[in-house]
Amino acid sequence: MAGPASTLLAAGAPPRTAAHRATQDPAWLRWALIGTAIVFLGFFLFLPLVAVFAEGLAHGLRTYLASFREPDALAAIRLTLLTAGIAVPANLVFGVAAAWCITKFPFRGKSLLITLIDLPFAVSPVISGLIYVLVFGARGWFGSWFLDHNIAIIFAVPGIVLATIFVTFPFIARELIPLMQAQGSDEEMTAVTLGAGGWQIFWRVTLPNIKWGLLYGVILCNARAMGEFGAVSVVSGHIRGETNTMPLHVEILYNEYNFAAAFAVASLLALLALVTLALKTFVEWRSQQLGRT
Amino acid sequence: MKLKSLLLAAVALATAAAGSAKTITLLNVSYDPTRELYVDYNAAFAKYWKAKTGAAVVVQQSHGGSGAQARSVVDGLQADVVTLALAADIDALHTICMLVPGVCQKRLPVHSTPYTSTIVLLVRKGNPKGIKDWDDVIRPGVSIVVANPKTSGGARWAYLAAWGYAQQRYGSEAKAREFITELYKHVPVLDSGARGATTTFVKNGIGDVALSWENEAFLAIKEFGADKFEIVVPSTSILAEPPVSVVDRVAKRKGTTAVAKAYLEYLYSDEGQDIAGRNFYRPRNAAIAAKYASVFPQIPLFTIDGLFGGWTKAQQTHFADGGVFDQIYQK
Repeated sequence: MAGPASTLLAAGAPPRTAAHRATQDPAWLRWALIGTAIVFLGFFLFLPLVAVFAEGLAHGLRTYLASFREPDALAAIRLTLLTAGIAVPANLVFGVAAAWCITKFPFRGKSLLITLIDLPFAVSPVISGLIYVLVFGARGWFGSWFLDHNIAIIFAVPGIVLATIFVTFPFIARELIPLMQAQGSDEEMTAVTLGAGGWQIFWRVTLPNIKWGLLYGVILCNARAMGEFGAVSVVSGHIRGETNTMPLHVEILYNEYNFAAAFAVASLLALLALVTLALKTFVEWRSQQLGRT
Repeated sequence: MKLKSLLLAAVALATAAAGSAKTITLLNVSYDPTRELYVDYNAAFAKYWKAKTGAAVVVQQSHGGSGAQARSVVDGLQADVVTLALAADIDALHTICMLVPGVCQKRLPVHSTPYTSTIVLLVRKGNPKGIKDWDDVIRPGVSIVVANPKTSGGARWAYLAAWGYAQQRYGSEAKAREFITELYKHVPVLDSGARGATTTFVKNGIGDVALSWENEAFLAIKEFGADKFEIVVPSTSILAEPPVSVVDRVAKRKGTTAVAKAYLEYLYSDEGQDIAGRNFYRPRNAAIAAKYASVFPQIPLFTIDGLFGGWTKAQQTHFADGGVFDQIYQK
């Protein structure tokens, strides 16, 4: 670590003033640009984040913590964790399988498959929710069959999980495809010539190569799964303590003039996002380090 | 061997206990402003039902714009009972998918509405724009907050209240239409539900006057303090009747018909009426209403049947696709 940094400094120090005029803009312009960027960031990112925590803590730490002991809040947190707990592994398996299939094998209709994977990114989350209402709703295609068999899909937990899986579908596959394309399939080919089987190749060659990219995808997928509002709102039915996820619970509290609790739960969501970002940064740093060695 | 039989006995006991202590779960799908009312009422009903039958009952709540909620029930939200903002939304459950039989307003006493309300004008403290009646609402420079009549029941009542006032005051439907057209030019945003509109007005500080459910206006003052908002009682307004109904097909499938019916009937009891009054809904029961006489201002109220020929007709004329509201709002 210390080696490259110090050589860089030593090399950069003497011709500093000369390089200045030739490669840099005037000071006022630089400061104006930097200032604008900072003000912009502060105004649109930092300030709202602070506001969420400030509003949540407006009535003291005790009310803040009490918001999480509410049975409805606990139910919302549980449901959010359950949803993410199902959606992320499902998309993990699918994402790896799809990326492996797309990057390691030539086949017909490959570009169609890639387009399909991108579909959830392209449609509005509200549409994603409505799709399930149209298919599984009481008057939808399979709705009456499910009703007759007493199986609840929409306005129940399965619908929320389905909608979340749909919305977070592309995250892992999209993360892996470019990575695996860049890596090519030379190593796998070599493994084949050495007599390795399919599973062996996957566990010993492919997986170690994509490990960090995969983790990155999982983190992004998880963040979206916990934070999704639109699609989930359409299929939820808003039954308290039953089908409200954390984002929906925040809306309900806000609408009940319970602003401190609304922002307390919102701050917990924000905290999850911050942890996610920290993890993401760590994974990026880690994979860069590994790339260098 | 002994251990095994012991285990079996324990399992049998546990299932028996679970069986007898089985709680009945009802789902009440309601409109936006009734959240606080039904939190109170559900607790009272659970107590009443436990004392009467010994069975525990938990009533789950779901709230949203009245039209949107009816739509969810049509799409399969398993509501045992619906308590919506207006009869047309419950009648939709009948006409679209036969979830309830016939016209909902005839199923329980007094149009199936255990409590009523009306539309009032909520203004900021000191009434800075000097709003005294409906005419002042459409003066230049006054900004109005009201929800979207397409999705919100309260907003439909507000629309009809303003229309009814103008029709009576100026004597013709054409004049009323002019009045309404002008009114919606003063509306900067249409929220989807009544509660959203109230929040826009009280929390976000948008608008000079909110055309609001009377109960919403009282609740806003209770939550935010009488030093921030005041209610202006117009010279005349509409008698808003939010009806209740069992969703027969769902209740039958879930086997909850009896308790669902009792749940709605208990709204008419003295205790139910008192809870309504406490939550700023006008009780139907005269004796209980007298108790809250000082709370609710006396306003001459016209009815939807009297002035608009009932909900079916009003819904068709004003709020259906291509109806009067669509015509005036697109201009």
